[in-house]
Amino acid sequence: MSDPMAEIKASFFIECEELLESLQDALSDLDEGADDGETINVVFRAVHSIKGGAGAFGLDALVAFAHRFETVLDELRAGRLDLTPEAVKLFFQAADLLADEIHAAREGSREPEAAEECLQALEALLGDRGAAHRADAEDETEAADFQPMGLALDLDFDFTPEDASPASFTLQFRPDGALYASGNEPLQLLRALAEIAEVSIMTDASAVPPLDALDPEENHLSWTVQITGDVTEDEIREVFEFVEDVCQIDISSMPKSSETPLPEQPELESEPSGDTDEDEKFEPDAEANGPGPVDPAPPPTNEIAEIATEAPARTPDPGPAEQQAEAAKPSAAQPAASNTAPAAEPGATVRVDIERIDRLVNLVGELVINQAMLAQSVTEAGLPPNSAVNTGLEAFMMLTRDIQDSVMMIRAQPVKPLFQRMARIVREASSAIGKDVRLKTEGETTEVDKTVIERLADPLTHMIRNAVDHGLETPDMREAAGKPREGVVILSAHHRSGRVVIEVSDDGGGIDRKKVFEKAIEKGLVASDAQLSDSEIDNLLFLPGFSTADLVSALSGRGVGMDVVKSSIQSLGGRISITSEPGKGSCFSISLPLTLAVLDGMVVNVAGETLVVPLSSILETATLTSEDIRALGPSTNVIHLRGAFVPLFDLGAELGYRGPKRSYSGDVVLLTAQEDGARSALVVDSILEQRQVVIKGLQQSYGHIPGVAAATILGDGQIALILDPADLVQTASGNTRAIDISLAG
Amino acid sequence: MTEDTTPQNDAAEVELLSFRLGEEEYSVDIMSVREIRGWTRATPLPHAPAFIRGVINLRGTVLPVVDLSIRLGMEPVAGDARNVIIVVQVGSQTAGLLVDAVSDILALPRSEMQSPPDLNADISQRYISALTIVDGRMIRILDLTSVLPQEAIEAA
Amino acid sequence: MSLKVLAVDDSRTIRDMLKLTLEHAGMELYLAEDGVHGLEVLDGLEPDAIISDINMPRLDGFGFIEAVRGQDRHRATPILVLTTESAAELKARARAAGATGWIVKPFDPTKLVKALNMVAG
Repeated sequence: MSDPMAEIKASFFIECEELLESLQDALSDLDEGADDGETINVVFRAVHSIKGGAGAFGLDALVAFAHRFETVLDELRAGRLDLTPEAVKLFFQAADLLADEIHAAREGSREPEAAEECLQALEALLGDRGAAHRADAEDETEAADFQPMGLALDLDFDFTPEDASPASFTLQFRPDGALYASGNEPLQLLRALAEIAEVSIMTDASAVPPLDALDPEENHLSWTVQITGDVTEDEIREVFEFVEDVCQIDISSMPKSSETPLPEQPELESEPSGDTDEDEKFEPDAEANGPGPVDPAPPPTNEIAEIATEAPARTPDPGPAEQQAEAAKPSAAQPAASNTAPAAEPGATVRVDIERIDRLVNLVGELVINQAMLAQSVTEAGLPPNSAVNTGLEAFMMLTRDIQDSVMMIRAQPVKPLFQRMARIVREASSAIGKDVRLKTEGETTEVDKTVIERLADPLTHMIRNAVDHGLETPDMREAAGKPREGVVILSAHHRSGRVVIEVSDDGGGIDRKKVFEKAIEKGLVASDAQLSDSEIDNLLFLPGFSTADLVSALSGRGVGMDVVKSSIQSLGGRISITSEPGKGSCFSISLPLTLAVLDGMVVNVAGETLVVPLSSILETATLTSEDIRALGPSTNVIHLRGAFVPLFDLGAELGYRGPKRSYSGDVVLLTAQEDGARSALVVDSILEQRQVVIKGLQQSYGHIPGVAAATILGDGQIALILDPADLVQTASGNTRAIDISLAG
Repeated sequence: MTEDTTPQNDAAEVELLSFRLGEEEYSVDIMSVREIRGWTRATPLPHAPAFIRGVINLRGTVLPVVDLSIRLGMEPVAGDARNVIIVVQVGSQTAGLLVDAVSDILALPRSEMQSPPDLNADISQRYISALTIVDGRMIRILDLTSVLPQEAIEAA
Repeated sequence: MSLKVLAVDDSRTIRDMLKLTLEHAGMELYLAEDGVHGLEVLDGLEPDAIISDINMPRLDGFGFIEAVRGQDRHRATPILVLTTESAAELKARARAAGATGWIVKPFDPTKLVKALNMVAG
C-alpha cells in the first residue's frame, strides 16, 4: 500500500461503513418516532459525506445515487417533507441500496438494479419539486465531473490575442471594508496577480483621512494595476473570485504599450515588514488619535487584530469560542438522550492492520506458554514459595494476564454492525414474503472478537431468515391467534459467565414438533417408535439431512440446513441450542467464547493424558465413592449429587485412551453444565491445576474431533486437548461401565 | 494442490528425500519438505484413525503426525529416539510424517522415474506416485496428497 | 516558511486527502473533526489559514466560522470553505459568516494550494 491515494481510498470505504452505521442508527431513531433536527442532520450528513468522498475518487455512480438521496433528505431537513412511515421505509431502502452502491464501487461490480426505482420512489415524495430536483441533480453531477481546473486555463489560452504579443490590462481595484472582515487581504490578491503576470501597481491613498478620523475597519485605499503578460481577463477575475462581492473591480484591456510604465510606487514585497514597527505604536485603545506619520499602506488588519487582542488574551477569560462550544454541547446531547448510544466525544483512534494485531495476539500466546514453562522450571527447582523468584514470577504472571486482556480488547468489537446487517436481512426477507416483521435488537454494544463477528454473519443470516420465514406465522394466522399482525424477531447479545450469548427469538407459532418428528421418521433419522422428549425433537432440526421440504420457500430454501449453521457455530468453539413453546415462539441461542485465543481451564489427568476442561463449564468437583453411582441401563450410569441424578461419563473410555474402568471409587468427577441447563459428570483420574491456556485451533490443521474444542500447549511444551464437554456428552458412546454397581444396589 | 508436490514438472531433475520404513525405502519430493525433527511424543487424538499418531507442538502450532508405516499398511513405527518426523507441506496443509529413519537426498533425472505397476491388491500402491531404482535399490516416491489425513484436507 | 493550516472536516476521507495534498505542498497541517473540535484545536494555534467543511456534527461550518471570527486574534485569519454545493446562496451564507473564500469539493489539489497561498501568503 505505497500509493497514498489507494490508501485513502481504502480508508474511504472503511469510513463509508461507519457512515452507513450511523445512517442506520439515525434511521432507526426516526423509525421509533424521533424527529428532531439533529437526527435528521445525522442522516443527511452521512449521505453527504459519502457523496463528498466518492467525488474525490471519481466514483460517479455512487456520487449520483448519493446526490439524489441527499437532495430528498435536504428537503426533509428543510422541513418541506413530512416524515411519514412510508418515507422512513423508503429511506431505509435507499440506505440499503447506498450500501450496495458502495459495495459496487469498491468491487468495481455492477450497481444494484433496484437503485433507479428506489430513487424515483424517493423523488416521488417530493411531488412536483422532485422533477425539478431531478434536473438539478443531473446538472450538478455533470458539473462535479468537470473538475480539472488546469484544463480550463489551457483552453482559455487559445483566446489570447491573436498577435501572440503579451496582453495588457488595466485593473482598478477598490476593496470594501467587508473584504478585510472576510479575512481577505489586498496585498495577497495583488501578489497572486503578480505571480501570473507582470504587474505594476499604483496605490491611491488620497482618500485616507487624517489619523484622528481614521476608521481602521474601513478601507480608504484603491489600486490601479497595469498588467502585462500571457493572461486572460478570466484568469485575472479568477484571482479576485473570492472578493468579487466585496470590492469594486474594473478591468479594461489596453493596447500594448512598448514602454515599461510606472516604476515609482511602493515595492509590493517590502510593504508588510515596513509596517510592523509603525503599527506597534498603536495603542489598543488609541485607534482614534495620536500624531504620527500616516502610513500610506492599507489598514494592516492582521496586525491590528493582534494588538487589539493582546490584553484580553492574557486573562483566562473563556473566549466566545468556548462559550459557543459549551452552547453547542447541550444541543448535541439532547438528541443523544433519546437515543440509546450517547454522542460520545470523538476519541483519538489509530487504524491498524489486523495482521499486526494478530501477530501481537500470537506473541502474547507465546508469552503465556513461555511463562508457564518458566513457572514449571521454578517449581521443579524447589524454591521456597516466598522466595524472590517466586514472588517475581507471580508479578510477572499478573502482568502477562493484563497484557493478554488488553490485547484481546483490541480485537473485540461491538456486535452492532453485525446486528445492523441482520436488520436489513429482516427488511428484505419480510417484504419478500409479505410478512410484517419488526426486528428488536438488544445488547448491541456487547463486544466480541472480530473474527467471531465475521464468521457469525452467515449462520446468523440463516437463522434470521428462518425466523422470518418459518418462525413467524402469516399476518392472517397471527390475527386469528389473537396476536398483532406484525411479528417480532428479537436479536440479542449479552455476556454470560465468560461467554457471549447471542439469541434469535421470534413470537411465532413455535416448532411444530409433530411435523418435525414425522419428517425425521420419514427421512430415516429416527426410529418410528422412538420416544423423544420435546427438546430432543427440537434438536432434530440440527441433524444433517433434515429439511422440512414442504416448508421450504424461496427465501430460506437455499440448501443450507440448520446442521450447517450448527457446524459453523461449533467451528468457532460455540454451541447452539433451541427452545420453543407452541403458540408463543422459538428461541435459538448461540453461546460463544469471548475470544478465540485464551481460556481458563482446569488441567486434569485421564489415563496418563493431560486434558484441559474449560472452567466456565464446570459447576463443581467431587471425589466419587461407589455409593454415589447408580446404574441406569447397561451402559448408562448416573450419580446422585445434591438430590439430582446426573449421567456419568468416563473420559478415559469416551476418548478411547483405555477401556472402561472396573471401579470409579476414588476418582474425581467434574460436574458440568450445558447451555440448556442439562448437567453431566465427567470422570477423571486427578486434577492437576487451574490455569489459563492459549487456544490452538485443531480445525485448520486436522479437523473437528468429537468432544474436543481445541488444543493448547502446556508448560512442558506438550500439546493437551481442550475438551468441549457439551459436545462430548452429545456424541458420547456411553462407554462407561461400573462393574461394581452391585455394591451400589 | 498436486502442483506443490511436483513443483518441478518441467525440470529435468528432481530432488528426493529418501527414508526408511521397515525394510522398504520411500521418498518425497524435497520441495515439499519443510524440516526434519527428532522423535517427540505426540498427543493422541480421540476417535482418530490409527495412522494418526497424534499432534505435536511445532514452534507454537499444532502439527498432526501421520505414522506413515501404518498408513502404508505396515507395523507401526516404534517411536523411539532413532525415529524422525518429516514436516511436509502440501498446499496450505502442513503435517508430520513419522518414519523410521531418513537415509539420503537423491538427485534423479525425471526420465528415470516410472509409473508404478497397476496392482490394486497392495494397499500401499494407492500412495505411490512413481518408482525408481538407485544403486540397485527400489525407491518409492510418495503421493503426499493421498497420505495426509483426508479429514484435514476437507476442513482446510 | 511553511504555511500553518487548520482543516476542519467530519469526513476522514476528506481529511486524509487534505493531509496528502497540503503536506505534499509543504504545509503544516492541523486537523479537526467538527466545529467544536476545530475550536479546541484552534485554541493555542496561530494558523495562517483555516479550511472548514459546512455540514458537520455538533457545530457546523457556519457556526465555526462565526465563532472563529468572534475571536479577536482570528478576525482576519483567512478561512476557506469546503463545500460540495456551489450554489450562490451557500456562498453568500459563508461570506456572511466571514469566510474568505470557498473551494468546491471534490477539490482540485493544485487549486486548493494556490488558493491557500493566495489568501495566506
